Amino acid sequence: MATEFHNLQELRHSASLANKVFIQRDYSDGTTCKFQTKFPSELESRIERTLFEDTVKTLNNFYAEAEKIGGQSYLEGCLACATAYLIFLCMETRYEKVLKKIAKYIQEQNEKIYAPRGLLITDPIERGMRVIEISIYEDRGSSSSSSGSSSVSGSTAR
Amino acid sequence: MHLGESMRECEYSQISTRSSTPMETPYKKRTPKKRKWETFPGRNKFYCDGRIMMAKQTGVFYLTLVLILVTCGLFFVFDCPFLALQLTPIIPVIGGALFLFVLGTLLRTSFSDPGVLPRATPDEAADLERQIDVANGSTGYRPPPRTKEIVINGQTVKLKYCFTCKIFRPPRTSHCSLCDNCVERFDHHCPWVGNCVGRRNYRFFYMFILSLSFLTIFIFAFVITHIILSSHQNGFLSALKESPASVLEVVVCFFSVWSIVGLSGFHTYLISSNQTTNEDIKGSWSSKRGKDNYNPYSYGNIFTNCCAALCGPLPPSLIDRRGFVESDAPQLAPPTNGITMYGATHSQQSHMAAATPLLQQQSSEPVILTASPENGTTLPSRASLTLGGPCTSLPLGQPTPPTSTPSLSCHEVTDMLPIHGHTLNHSHPLQEQMAHHHYLTPEEVPSPPGMLPCSSPLGHSHTVQASFYNPASQDSLHEDSVRGLVKLSSV
Repeated sequence: MATEFHNLQELRHSASLANKVFIQRDYSDGTTCKFQTKFPSELESRIERTLFEDTVKTLNNFYAEAEKIGGQSYLEGCLACATAYLIFLCMETRYEKVLKKIAKYIQEQNEKIYAPRGLLITDPIERGMRVIEISIYEDRGSSSSSSGSSSVSGSTAR
Repeated sequence: MHLGESMRECEYSQISTRSSTPMETPYKKRTPKKRKWETFPGRNKFYCDGRIMMAKQTGVFYLTLVLILVTCGLFFVFDCPFLALQLTPIIPVIGGALFLFVLGTLLRTSFSDPGVLPRATPDEAADLERQIDVANGSTGYRPPPRTKEIVINGQTVKLKYCFTCKIFRPPRTSHCSLCDNCVERFDHHCPWVGNCVGRRNYRFFYMFILSLSFLTIFIFAFVITHIILSSHQNGFLSALKESPASVLEVVVCFFSVWSIVGLSGFHTYLISSNQTTNEDIKGSWSSKRGKDNYNPYSYGNIFTNCCAALCGPLPPSLIDRRGFVESDAPQLAPPTNGITMYGATHSQQSHMAAATPLLQQQSSEPVILTASPENGTTLPSRASLTLGGPCTSLPLGQPTPPTSTPSLSCHEVTDMLPIHGHTLNHSHPLQEQMAHHHYLTPEEVPSPPGMLPCSSPLGHSHTVQASFYNPASQDSLHEDSVRGLVKLSSV
């Protein structure tokens, strides 16, 4: 009885945050930032596999670009070293530039692809680059049996 | 409006920033905005409104600073004029440049974020819990083995679960028990620079000790030159009498040069093999552990390893210290808030976007309960919504099965207390007590003593460290720093 009551309560507020999916890091190539492209089963009814994979791959490419060790990063490193690293106080590193690109890309993807499907990606930088967090929103009227599971269990555990 | 402004400051939280719902404004105006460093869960000190970040105990750092400043000051005042006249004015110029470089890198090392990983949000932690439980199946009371094995470049690496940060520590990450943070590519906690040395400040640290060893040798050599030259003119004893400061400099340099040069040699070896002090001491990649044990992070050649460590791209700070904390009160309300908007207007993108940062933040703060009646009075329309939140939450606590809770429970407490302590008072006695408890967690003790006597570089490092830390015991430093030192040298 109790659960039914709560479900009813929840049904009244449509599109609640139903669940969150976390895409974990892929460390197979070392500690460079790379996320797993495995398609999470929770998203199956929400989004096409290819769209999701495209997004993650693009993000991975961005991070690879940011962490690439090559001529430009050497130049930047040596220049910074010559100024006792004080230049970083006023200069933006390449990594930061790429991070801005990533933030922009994620926002675009959210607007174009994810939000219309009731999904939202959180920029990994806000989660310590450990996970890509995808929030799933439940629409009005759909069953809410699973809703709130992850988000709320977290807050009640506290 | 307020929210919009504040969010724009923290650069990377883009999704959320655009539209702030008008409903948010009244709250924001009443509670003063707090920056994230003010509620930072680790044991760190922040200065300049979060721009500067150091460990809690900074006594030894000031000792380092004073030693460098005094020695160099004496050198420039008492020896340089003589040397510039007798030999060449280039000497003070080079000395000055080295001195500035040393100071610059020291301050960069001490004041920057070493690469602290932010703790997991409640949602992320809950998700991990579920994964652990699934992996364990339903085999009851046995505490779950909280490790995860992954393969990096063909080498199996075990990731340990961090009970404080509620994450599986990424490879090379270690929890610093002094600062109570997980630090990426953790090297060691260096009391001399008053900070952890990790992914973000290792290069500063290395350049610091390298340039400091050059500076020490430089000063040592030229002070001796000074004494010899002046003793040729007036005899040895009168030369000493003439500049007693030189004697002091010689003594300081003589005693410090060995440890500093040794340390920079040791770190040069580490950099060229792409290891951290932590890994070297544990012997993680030592071939004595197994025949096909190798360092999976090494690029395979010394030159690339050095370049990657010193000139690789500088990773960004992951703890957005100067970003604003979304205030406690609306943390639970927004889910409902965003939702009602969605239901009413159907322009989901913008509103959901507005709701997300707050949703994500719906963490832990026990303030929620006291705050919600307050909401009710200011915005009556919200009262039911806020109440709706906890109600729906009740049946949903289930997904975290009871099996895992006992093992976590004590840590849960550890974690909650600092939050209280930080919001109320930084030196809360309970927090201290808990911190103490934390030292004893076996999880955090980096290496079992049995592992210590192994590789040859280890012996080296040990002697280096021992001699390096010796002076500290002579000075009457306060207990905490000594405890830190002891812990470190025992690593």
